[in-house]
Amino acid sequence: MSTLSGERSPSINRPLWRNLRKDKFLYLLMLPGLLYFLLFRYIPLMGTLVAFKDVAPFDNAATILSSQWVGLKHFSAFISSHYFWNIMKNTFALAGLRMVFEFFCPVLLALLINEVRNRYLKKTIQTISYMPYFLSNIVLAGLVFQLLTMNNGVIPAVVESLGGNPVYYLGDSRYFRTVLVSAIVWRNIGWGTIVYLAALSGIDPQLYEAARIDGANRFRQTIYITLPGISFAIAIMFILRISVILNQGWEETLLLYNPGVYSVADIIDTYVWRMGLEQMRYSFATAVGFFKSLLALALVLMSNYIARKSGQQSMYR
Amino acid sequence: MSTTFESRGEKVFRIANAFFLLMITAVFLLPFLITIAGSLISESELLHREGLLLIPENPDFSAYRMLLAKGSAVFKAFRVTLFRTFVGGFLQIMTTAALAYGLSKRHLTGRKFIITALMICLVFPVQIIPQYLVVKNYGLIDSLWSLVFPWLINTQYVFIMMAFFQQIPESLEEAAVIDGCSHLTIFTRIIIPLSLASLATIGLFYAVWQWNSWYDAAMFINSTVKFPVQNLLRTILVSSTLDSVLTENSTNPPPSESIKGAIIVITSLPILCVYPFVQKYFVKGFMVGSVKG
Repeated sequence: MSTLSGERSPSINRPLWRNLRKDKFLYLLMLPGLLYFLLFRYIPLMGTLVAFKDVAPFDNAATILSSQWVGLKHFSAFISSHYFWNIMKNTFALAGLRMVFEFFCPVLLALLINEVRNRYLKKTIQTISYMPYFLSNIVLAGLVFQLLTMNNGVIPAVVESLGGNPVYYLGDSRYFRTVLVSAIVWRNIGWGTIVYLAALSGIDPQLYEAARIDGANRFRQTIYITLPGISFAIAIMFILRISVILNQGWEETLLLYNPGVYSVADIIDTYVWRMGLEQMRYSFATAVGFFKSLLALALVLMSNYIARKSGQQSMYR
Repeated sequence: MSTTFESRGEKVFRIANAFFLLMITAVFLLPFLITIAGSLISESELLHREGLLLIPENPDFSAYRMLLAKGSAVFKAFRVTLFRTFVGGFLQIMTTAALAYGLSKRHLTGRKFIITALMICLVFPVQIIPQYLVVKNYGLIDSLWSLVFPWLINTQYVFIMMAFFQQIPESLEEAAVIDGCSHLTIFTRIIIPLSLASLATIGLFYAVWQWNSWYDAAMFINSTVKFPVQNLLRTILVSSTLDSVLTENSTNPPPSESIKGAIIVITSLPILCVYPFVQKYFVKGFMVGSVKG
């Protein structure tokens, strides 16, 4: 065998096994990573099939494989349940609110930081604004609890001293979303400025000089030079954000919500968590999660389509 | 730049802007400072002072003493967190770098296939329930390894590292081959030393992620003695009566709000001490990741 293949042209049309042997060190290096992707990514991906079966909490791999198919039973159960529209409404409301506030606040903050002339002041503001990003979701939730607790919390006390009538804001469906989105924005706004500040520093200072000579004041310079200068970064971030918007925000919701505010707080992911891990309705929860994956995929395709239409490189080459 | 062209309106704007940004900065810091102050208020102070307590009269560290006592629940939880941060983070960066190095070789048979397979993982994130069932079937439930393996490799980081390895000039490796180096020597003596900076960057990403993550432990760990600090904090935050584990050996426990504040501070302080030094690597890695996702 080896002599046969040895007579062939040595370069491109080498048989597979010789290529594999030549690079065996590389394959050996990659082996742990490939095993990981097989065992913890692809097998769970196959595991999504339990959405079309009836899996009981005590089932193991063998009984899951041999169990009956039930078709779309769990999907129709979810779609026809009276939670469905509430969950959909909340999922898209949270995504929409995050899209508006978490997306535009960093642009504004970056523009303001960019106007600071003092280098040290600028650096300090930036460093402090990055701080919340490094906190865990649990610490974030803990800070919110501490600020809002009726037991000597700061915000109820301030509201009361201003003559208001404080309530437990996390337990009140009128305020829950405001609290949740504020906490998320507080955490992510500073970090979100990085891309824009980088884009801003790339704008040619000569443009500003020329504009000043032409008599443009700072506001006009912002409108005609700064904003067009970072529009590319804004577009990219917008597209990237659309594609992941349904996958974010669930941890914060899960940590902050409580049964009293399910009507405004419960989103698909938190519902999956409760149904799957707390009530152990594995098949049903997987079906709900799969439903969300389809929505998320639609968003990815949509954002990719927008990216291509607007002349940018497709994200998934 | 020159200030000679500055009009009065612009000057007003500049000062107002600086003032506004300082207020924003205060908003970033205040929740944390308030929590620190709250953690230092003692039971007696809570009783004899009325209304809003922002600054403790005489700081009381008993909450910290109680939480950090040797053998306490927090102490044990920190061991778990250190395990997952260092052992987990190390395994993560090593497997990621090894996979990315292999994929950076364009001639490799099967490279296209593997890259497509990884792309599919980017588009279809793992769902938590199938992931849970798989981990259960592997027998990893309640094992500390369940905090390492299920999310061992971040697909995006593989692509970031792959792009990095491709920047290393091929001639370097060719020269080493001519000098008779084996592939292993090339990898350990040339590639690794050349990529220490990017290994450190991605390694930091993983370490911070490990320190902060909680929902994997909430899914896979049943016994509270194996909880990382984040999950211990969660348990303490949601329980209205504090766990007997925490208050067992103190006759006069600090108020529960102080204890909650103290454990928030303890959990986040290490990361807050480190982040000013690592943020520049984060910024760099974030820029690469968002532009070349």
